[in-house]
Amino acid sequence: MNPASENFDEMYAPDGSVRPAYAGFCDWYDTQDTKWLQRKDAEADDSFRRTGITFNVYGEDEAEERLIPFDMVPRVITAREWRRLTKGIEQRVSAINSFLYDLYHRQEIIRAGRVPARLFQDNAAWLQQMVGFTPPGGIYTHIVGIDLVRTGPDEFFVLEDNARTPSGVSYMLENRETMMNMFPELFAQVGVEAVSNYPRRLARSLAACAPVATEGKPKVAVLTPGVYNSAYFEHAFLADQMGAELVEASDLRVVGGRVQMRTTRGFEPVDVLYRRVDDEYLDPLTFNPDSVLGVPGIMDVYRAGGITIANAPGTGVADDKAVYSFMPEIVEFYTGEKPLLPNVETWRCADKDSLGYVLDNLGELVVKEVHGSGGYGMLIGPTASKREISEFRKKLTANPENYIAQPTLSLSTCPIFTKKGLAPRHVDLRPFVLVSPNGVDITPGGLTRVALKKGSLVVNSSQGGGTKDTWVLKE
Amino acid sequence: MLGRTANGLFWMFRYLERAENTARLLDAGIRMALTRDLATAEDEWRSVIAAAGQKAAYEANHDTYTGAEAWNFILRGKDNPANVREMFGAVRQNARMARNAISGEVWEAINESWMRLEKMLARPIGQGSVSEVVRMIRLAGTLVHGALAGSMLRNEGYHFARAGTFLERADSTARILDIKYYLLLPSLNYVGSSLDNGQWDTVLRSVGGDRAYSWLNAGQMDARGIVEFLVLDDRFPRSLAFCHGALRDHLFALARLHGADAESNQLMREADIALSDISVETIFDQGLHDFLVNFEASNAEIGQAIAQDYRFLA
Repeated sequence: MNPASENFDEMYAPDGSVRPAYAGFCDWYDTQDTKWLQRKDAEADDSFRRTGITFNVYGEDEAEERLIPFDMVPRVITAREWRRLTKGIEQRVSAINSFLYDLYHRQEIIRAGRVPARLFQDNAAWLQQMVGFTPPGGIYTHIVGIDLVRTGPDEFFVLEDNARTPSGVSYMLENRETMMNMFPELFAQVGVEAVSNYPRRLARSLAACAPVATEGKPKVAVLTPGVYNSAYFEHAFLADQMGAELVEASDLRVVGGRVQMRTTRGFEPVDVLYRRVDDEYLDPLTFNPDSVLGVPGIMDVYRAGGITIANAPGTGVADDKAVYSFMPEIVEFYTGEKPLLPNVETWRCADKDSLGYVLDNLGELVVKEVHGSGGYGMLIGPTASKREISEFRKKLTANPENYIAQPTLSLSTCPIFTKKGLAPRHVDLRPFVLVSPNGVDITPGGLTRVALKKGSLVVNSSQGGGTKDTWVLKE
Repeated sequence: MLGRTANGLFWMFRYLERAENTARLLDAGIRMALTRDLATAEDEWRSVIAAAGQKAAYEANHDTYTGAEAWNFILRGKDNPANVREMFGAVRQNARMARNAISGEVWEAINESWMRLEKMLARPIGQGSVSEVVRMIRLAGTLVHGALAGSMLRNEGYHFARAGTFLERADSTARILDIKYYLLLPSLNYVGSSLDNGQWDTVLRSVGGDRAYSWLNAGQMDARGIVEFLVLDDRFPRSLAFCHGALRDHLFALARLHGADAESNQLMREADIALSDISVETIFDQGLHDFLVNFEASNAEIGQAIAQDYRFLA
């Protein structure tokens, strides 16, 4: 069977043979009864619902809990490919951390003329309060999600750096758990690197960034906006798996120069706060005096070395798409090396010449908002109607510095399981990267998102994407 | 543990208990109504709604008491903010809030039960399925308590969960007894006579104690026996004495874990004395209703003290 496709398919070579990475899976798959697999497919959904791995969607009437569709066919990466990827990711993540330190200190990269000052001046995520301050251990980006796409056997590109509060790691863990429950014999046949120790690695990595004020074993807490947040399941899941407290801002208060949580015994200090809330909900005194959300005074405690906030406030300045377009320069400036992982070619519409090119070629390009996310507010030229293109042209001309453009990549595909057998669909990959003074730690695996609609390039779960278990093969 | 999490655990189990007790009430009502003519069935449903503490809400929107109206109101009535569906939603929401303080098994027991009940309660419940719904609600309690017993660390979280269970259960037994006390009162003058045993049977059935009572009393139905059983017999797991004994143990365990005797322990000791020094004769002399009103008030005070002692709220 060869679901032919003009894109690079990760399972099948153009001649229809199975690529080595997938040989183990296909050997197993070919001996399975299709009916039985279909039953298993339905079981997987039940299992996700039962364990409550859902995300909340709020419509006009009632809250609804949805499942992110799960596909049973794993996404496989060989040990050799993974080694290459991790080197590139390490280099990139170290550069981002150095870039943030530099931006909030001497700004040498700007003095050297390698990136323009408007990168931070025009950036809403820039935080004046962070200037001159060094977070504990010098770490800004404790947890990073790097979005990768693939176009050929050795062609991986970075599509996006998620340096604020990347989500989705619970799916990496639960997808594997589900696969192992459903097909234990498959894992006996194929050697796959474990991902289940991610929460322990996270707890260790966070503890290694504890502030000077810490007494004894660092106390870690996960800060969630609350039970109504769309990613609440993940917040609770990570806290549970790490053995950390799951706190809301209303549980926290500044007492005696420390951020303390209200426990049944009274107030107890928190050393490291893994926050899953945006900067502006951290401290009403700093960010939004009218807001009742957040912990009044937490930024003062932070600046005095009383708490570690992960990721550091103001980190968002490094993860918009304008900064992305300068990543090759940024990597080279701080590491002295050429980037190991290339960017997708990017036109900054803020530049006159680039804008001209983009306007002339809208039909072939993908145009994105600089600060956008979630796959919203973008134009996919090749699939857009004439009207959509002309409407987008107006928005773009009115506000060019708000956009970047990229070529439409021929993204790789990986088969999904359908009623009619395997069928190729586009995928991306988000490995999860931990940074501490002890170094960069990358769990072998990640979140593979898959566009479930035939031919679709949009993998976002908010727009009909699904997920797969991601396998990194053992040597 | 966070005060907010302790609050979540405590209320998760109060709501679970409340849902289960409501199901037991309904069960008794269904049984009674089946063996009655229409007129007495109407009385029975009125008394079930009253025992559930939902008389005012019911009568605001309903002119008559029929079985289907009554059980749909109790189970899923949109005009009843305290319907079982809402209670179970509150169980699950509190469980989500305290997710990292309960074991995965407890969470799955709650979540699966919730999914099943949501499905059942999405549409009006007919005569043919009401018993099955009631059974599912009871089964949910059994599953969750079983998961708790078998998988939870015996830390403070466990004791908050159990304290919530027994406080709510004591409250519920007292309330049911109070609503039905008029059935028991005349019997003082009719000891041994053949008053309506069916009515007494409902009282026992409402708290799932009909078989246990018969077994202990060889089928001898009288007011004295029933009140003694439901108030003072610490072998019956829904009696006031049993619930208070269990509540006391969990509150003392909490005090031990926190290294300090708290207000709730003090109140508990006083309530203990009040309950252990009394005989069923004294209760009748003093008046069953007054006795129960005092009991419920002291129960409520203990609940407030727990919330205060362990910083449930900011």
